[in-house]
Amino acid sequence: MSLKLLIADDEPNIVVSLEFMMKREGYEVLVARDGRQALEAIRRERPQLVLLDAMMPGMSGFDVCEAVRADEQVRDTRILMLTAKGRDTDVARGVGVGADAYMTKPFSTRDLMQKVREMLA
Amino acid sequence: MKVDRHLVLSMLAPGAALAAWLALGGVLLRMTLDPGQRAAVDAVLGPLVPSHGMLPVLWWLTAAALAAWVTSRLYEAHVAAPARLADATEMLIGDATAPDLVPQGGAATRDLIEAINGLAGARRSLQEDMARLVAEASRGVAEQRDQLGALMAELNQSVVACNLDGRILLYNERSRQLFRRLSRAPQGAAGAELIGLGRSIYGVIDPAMIAHALETVERRIARGGGATTVSARFVTGTPAGHLLRVSMAPVRPAASDGPALTGFVLLLDDITDEYQAHSRRDLQLLELTEASRASFASMQAALDMLDYSDLDAEERDRFHKVVRDEVSAMSARLAALAASTSQDLMTRWPLQEMLGADLLAAAARRIEADTGQPVASDDVDGTLWLSIDSFALIQALAFLASRLVEAFDRPDLRIRLTRAGNRAHLDLIWAGEDARAETLTGWQTGAMQVGDTRSPLSVRDVVERHGGEVWFERDRACELYFFRFLLPVATGEPVDSSRGGSRPEYYDFDLFAASEGSRAPDDRLLGEIAYTVFDTETTGLDPVQGDEILQIGATRIVNGKLLRGECLDQLVDPQRNIPEASIQIHGIRSEMVRGQPTIAEALPAFHAFASDTVLVGHNVAFDMRFLKFKEAVSGVRFDQPVLDTLLLSSVVHPNEASHSLDAIAARLGVTVSGRHTALGDALATAEVFLKLLPLLRQQNIFTLGQAREAAQESYYARLRY
Repeated sequence: MSLKLLIADDEPNIVVSLEFMMKREGYEVLVARDGRQALEAIRRERPQLVLLDAMMPGMSGFDVCEAVRADEQVRDTRILMLTAKGRDTDVARGVGVGADAYMTKPFSTRDLMQKVREMLA
Repeated sequence: MKVDRHLVLSMLAPGAALAAWLALGGVLLRMTLDPGQRAAVDAVLGPLVPSHGMLPVLWWLTAAALAAWVTSRLYEAHVAAPARLADATEMLIGDATAPDLVPQGGAATRDLIEAINGLAGARRSLQEDMARLVAEASRGVAEQRDQLGALMAELNQSVVACNLDGRILLYNERSRQLFRRLSRAPQGAAGAELIGLGRSIYGVIDPAMIAHALETVERRIARGGGATTVSARFVTGTPAGHLLRVSMAPVRPAASDGPALTGFVLLLDDITDEYQAHSRRDLQLLELTEASRASFASMQAALDMLDYSDLDAEERDRFHKVVRDEVSAMSARLAALAASTSQDLMTRWPLQEMLGADLLAAAARRIEADTGQPVASDDVDGTLWLSIDSFALIQALAFLASRLVEAFDRPDLRIRLTRAGNRAHLDLIWAGEDARAETLTGWQTGAMQVGDTRSPLSVRDVVERHGGEVWFERDRACELYFFRFLLPVATGEPVDSSRGGSRPEYYDFDLFAASEGSRAPDDRLLGEIAYTVFDTETTGLDPVQGDEILQIGATRIVNGKLLRGECLDQLVDPQRNIPEASIQIHGIRSEMVRGQPTIAEALPAFHAFASDTVLVGHNVAFDMRFLKFKEAVSGVRFDQPVLDTLLLSSVVHPNEASHSLDAIAARLGVTVSGRHTALGDALATAEVFLKLLPLLRQQNIFTLGQAREAAQESYYARLRY
């Protein structure tokens, strides 16, 4: 069966490309437009990997990450934070709340793909 | 002439003694004779008594007179003269300026008198020397104080000096302005409820902050830091939400090098705006960075997708659209940011506010001095205040003018200042000849040199320092050429530091030793108490019947000095109509109180203004009734001691018929101006009160308690209450 992957980002312009790319790689792709949707999708669909944007309206990526790690059902979900917050304090926070990896925007899609493959291996 | 009993007695004594001596001799002689011989002597002498009896008496009398005369001379020389000498010397002891003793008496006495005169003279010159030294010293101190006062007044930074209790001994005009901004009270108090001589700095700055800073300073002193390294810095918020950057320097007694402090000096900066500007800029920067990252990420991903060779047209369009979207979003963001920050980025250089006309006059003088060439400045907007570095700007103008004079052989120079939107145009104009563009550009960008003085700056540097611009313009029609400086206009109300009249009292170093806190309130000396002297104007006489306060005026007396600079002058909206009859008295009409604070807002400000002081008013019971009646609505209680100049006047002059403010003022020689405004009356009352204090002392009334007691017992008090 194909691996399930959730893209949670409120920027449609990045979602377009990520979704296209991940689908080409053969993953089953789900999309969430904000933090709340993302958390619901994770609980409902149990994706193996979440590409999580830190800055979303309402519930931020950090909040989602915390909630996921606190929820026994889904706490093993792999989380890759993709974010424009590039200060080292932000990276520290992302890792602190339980992200498995942290990539600062902008990034090359090749690096991203590689990371995704590693994390799902 | 007064008869000296001692002299008479001493003159009679020798005669009496001689008589007694002769009589005793006669008696003894008789006792040696036997009765027969006695009878024979009696028989011989008896018949001689009527004829020759007067002879021995006269003989004795002559001797007695002679002796009396000798005694009187001796008395004069040895008793009366020394006594006079003693009296005169006593007088000299009491009064050094008394005349010298008149030489008299014998040679020895004269020598003595001369010696005394010499001693007195020496003492007199010693005293004169002392007086001269004291006068010189106090003149020196007064001069230093005046210089300090002048320096403080001109200083561009807020300075407040306090004693260890946090009482303010000195502050300057800048800090007055700062505190006006910090004040949350209605306009009429103008920060005077926060800053004032003798007030506590703790009203503005948290005592714990001060204590902590003092500790730091003491620690550094103990470690042996120099004067510059021991000061402490901190940032604190005020109750009104301002951020103050405070630098504290200790005041140490110069004589001893021990660590003991006598007070501290605070340098205050209101960094609220600066801090907000910084925060705003930081936030903008952060937002821009993050938004750009997001945009770049979207573009990069889309471009990466476009690299796939097998995309169909629709997919290709989609990714192109992403890139176009993000590019236009970024452009829009940058444009918005540039618009919002151009004002902030304008300048970091400290600029001062200056009347444009003053700048031009100074520049014209400088150019004339440098080039010997007259400069006309006919077209000057006299209302323009500029925000400039006047020294550098004048230097730039003088430099350009001297270049022009060199290049064009005495051109006709003019300077002009006009408003251009929210900036100003300052033009240096010459008529006649055009110049090559390269030359003019060179002048603007090269280092400035006028005469022998070479500046590291160029004209362009100076202009950039102002966040302005400079360029060269031609008005070919009029054959006019000019350099145009685009300069910032001062925002807000310019600070007018050239107030006329005498400088208000901003310092009182006698407060260093002030210790009134250690006495029970009633035992405090009248001369050492801080007073708030106040007056109110009202719509009528009875607060219970709905009459209201219309105006509160108050001033302060600290350490026996009237502080005219620390006043409260507040109109109050009575929220009712103002009876025509009362307007006759106070002249306050309803349109004047419109928009003014209500009594519920005004009284807390007055309460803060009067905190830690004794209230003084004329017929103050009237005003106090209004204040008491408003306690509930304003939430402040005036429970400090109160003194009434009407009652005190009746204590001092119990027999005078009138104790109206005008009558007392006339009696005590106080000229009253601005009667029947609250502040005018308060100032008059304060002056009257100060004149009453020495008169009270003459009646042995020294303390607050004694004054209150005497006032209670006065005739007027019994009559009226």
